[in-house]
Amino acid sequence: MQKVLIIGATSAIAEATARLYAARGAQLFLVARNASRLTDIAADLRVRGSQEVFQAPLDVNDLDAHAKVIEQAWDLLGKVDVVLVAHGTLPCQAQCETSVETALKEFSTNATSTIALLTAMAARFEAQREGVIAVISSVAGDRGRQSNYLYGSAKAAVSAFASGLRQRMAKLGVNVLTIKPGFVDTPMTRDFKKGALWAKPDDIARGIVRGADRGRNVMYLPSFWLPIMLIIRHIPEFIFKRIRL
Amino acid sequence: MSTTGQSWGRYPQARQKIISISDRHAELPVFSGSALPHGNGRSYGDSCLNDGGTLLHARTMDRFIAFDPHTGVLECEAGVLFSEILDLVVPQGWFLPVTPGTKFVTVGGAIANDVHGKNHHKAGTFGCHVLSMELLRSDGTRRQCSPLQHPEWFAATIGGLGLTGLVTRATIQLRRIAGPWMSGEMHRFKNLDGFFRLSQASDRDYEYTVAWIDCASGGTGLGRGIFTRANHAPAHPDSRPNAPSRKLRVPFTPPVSLINPLSLRALNTLYFHRQRESVSHLTMHYEPHFYPLDGIGDWNRIYGPRGFMQYQCLVPPARSAACMETLVKTIAASGQGSFLAVLKQFGNVASPGMLSFPRPGATLALDFPNRGPSTLALLNRLDDIVADNGGAVYPAKDARMPGRCFKHYFPAWESFSHYIDPKFSSSFWRRVTE
Repeated sequence: MQKVLIIGATSAIAEATARLYAARGAQLFLVARNASRLTDIAADLRVRGSQEVFQAPLDVNDLDAHAKVIEQAWDLLGKVDVVLVAHGTLPCQAQCETSVETALKEFSTNATSTIALLTAMAARFEAQREGVIAVISSVAGDRGRQSNYLYGSAKAAVSAFASGLRQRMAKLGVNVLTIKPGFVDTPMTRDFKKGALWAKPDDIARGIVRGADRGRNVMYLPSFWLPIMLIIRHIPEFIFKRIRL
Repeated sequence: MSTTGQSWGRYPQARQKIISISDRHAELPVFSGSALPHGNGRSYGDSCLNDGGTLLHARTMDRFIAFDPHTGVLECEAGVLFSEILDLVVPQGWFLPVTPGTKFVTVGGAIANDVHGKNHHKAGTFGCHVLSMELLRSDGTRRQCSPLQHPEWFAATIGGLGLTGLVTRATIQLRRIAGPWMSGEMHRFKNLDGFFRLSQASDRDYEYTVAWIDCASGGTGLGRGIFTRANHAPAHPDSRPNAPSRKLRVPFTPPVSLINPLSLRALNTLYFHRQRESVSHLTMHYEPHFYPLDGIGDWNRIYGPRGFMQYQCLVPPARSAACMETLVKTIAASGQGSFLAVLKQFGNVASPGMLSFPRPGATLALDFPNRGPSTLALLNRLDDIVADNGGAVYPAKDARMPGRCFKHYFPAWESFSHYIDPKFSSSFWRRVTE
C-alpha cells in the first residue's frame, strides 16, 4: 500500500491527485490551511477507497510549525512513498509592484515555504533511502514575464532548488519530480478567460501520478508546454523586452 | 466572468455570469440580479439557463461524503456525476436506483428535474430514492429536507428546477445488483398496438422497458419500432461483454444538420431492420444498455449550428393509445423529427415533487432539428394534442412551450412559486410565467 503525503491538499490539482491515489487504496496524510475543507476532502477520499486518511492543519508561512507536521506525518505513515508539495497562490502582479510587503509575502508562500519544507523532508528521505518528492512548480518559472514575474521568480526558485535536490538525492534512490503545469482551470485562475491551452486539474493529476510511478524528472503538463517554453526561453532579450507576455 | 452559454440542445443562447461553488459549507457568493444553480448542463432547453443573470456552477461541489456498502446508502455533494457514482458503487454491487439516458448528470440536476428512467413502472422517479438533502437559500438559511423533515420544501425542491435554492448535498438509496451485466430481449413491433401489447406483457417481469419508434414511417408502418426489456443479470451470466472502450466524438459542428428528412428515413429503416428475427436475446454491459449515446462525445453537434429541440410529452393511460397515434401521425406527416425517438409507459408510483413531470400514462420523447418557425409550429400542434388529452410536457427538455400550456400541464405551479428563492430565477421560469 502506498503512503502519500500531500502539502496544500485543498488545491484543485492536489485534490485530483489524491483521488487517484485513494482509488488505489493508498494511505494519505493531508496538510492544508483550511481544516474544515480538509475534513470534507478526507471524507471523500475515504469513500473513494483510501485505506486511511490523516489530516493536519498548517499555514505554510508559519515556518516554525513545519517540523511538527512533518514529524507527525512520518510517525503516522511510518514512511512516505510519495510527497506532493502543491500549495501556492497566484499573486496579483500589480499589487506586488506597489507593495514590497505583498511581494515578499507572496514569494514566501510560493518559494520560501516550499524550500523550507523540502529541506526538512529531504533529511527524512535521505534516511529512508527511497521515495518520490514531487513538487509543483510552473511554466511561469521558466522565464520572468511582465504579467506575473513575482510568481514566475518564486517558481524559478522552486525549479532550481528541485533540480539541485534531484542531483543530491539521485544516488540515494530518491527521485525528485518537478511538475510544470501550464494554464489549469482551478479556483486559483477563476477570473481568467479560458482558451484552448487550458487543462483540467484531472489531466494534470494523471500526469503527476504517472511521473511519480515512472521516476520522471521534469514534466511539462500537458506536454505541449515543453516546445512552447523552449521557444519562450530562447527568444533573445532585445526582442523579448519589446513583446507583451 | 460573463460567457455565452448553451444547454444540451444548443438552443437558445444565453449570456450569463458564471460563479463556481466548491465549498458546500460556504455561504452563497454575492451576485447581482438573479441566480440559478447549474449542474452539468444536460437539460435540453432553457431550464438550466439564466439569461442576463448568474449561474451557480455546482459541478465543482463533487465530493462524496459517506457510503455504506452494506446498506447502499450514499451521501454526496450535489455536483457529483452519476458516472462517478457508478464508477464507485458498481464494483461494490450497487447501482443507481433510477437513471436517465445519460450518466453525465449531477445529483443536484437529477433532483431538480426529478429525472426518470426505463424502470419508472417499478421504481418511480429519482426523487423517490432521495432520503434527504440540504437546501441552502439566499438568505443564508440551510434546511435539512426529507419526506419527514420539512416535507413541503422537500416536495418543492424535487422537480423544482433549481428555483427553491441550492441543493448542497443529498443522501440516496442505491439498488443492489449482482454484477454489471444486463440480460434482456429486443422485440420488433409493427405498430403502436404492438407496443402497448408488449409493454403490458413486460411490465411485471422486467425492471427496464423502453421502445424506439420509427417516427418517419407513415401508412402501414406507422408506429413501428423495437421494444427493449431487460433486468440486471445474475452474477455470472453466460456471456460477459465488457463496457465499450472505444470512445467516439463528434469533432466539430457541421454547418447544417446531418439529420434531414432523407437521412432520417434511411437511418430509421436501417435501424428497424437491424435484427433479422422479430425477437433477439442479449446480454450486455450496463453502459450500452443505459447510455448508448454517452459513447459518442458531443453528439448534440450533429444537428448543426442551430441546435435542436427535444420534445417529451406524456398522455394519461385512458387516452394513451389513440393520442399517441395522433401524435406519431402528425410527426410522420411533418417529415421532421429525428432518429432518436423513445416511447415508454410510466407506472403508477407517485412522483414526490410538486412539479415532477412523470405521472401514469405513456410518454414519447424525440429530437427535432431546429428549423425555426416550421419546427415551432409543429411543436405547438403537438402541444394542442397533448393539452386536449390531459397530458404534460417535460420542462427539462423544453425551450419553447407557451406559458398557458405550462400552467395547464402543471397546475401546482402557483403554489410552488411560494417556495422559489426570491433571488433565484431561470430563463425557463421567466418564459413560462411572466
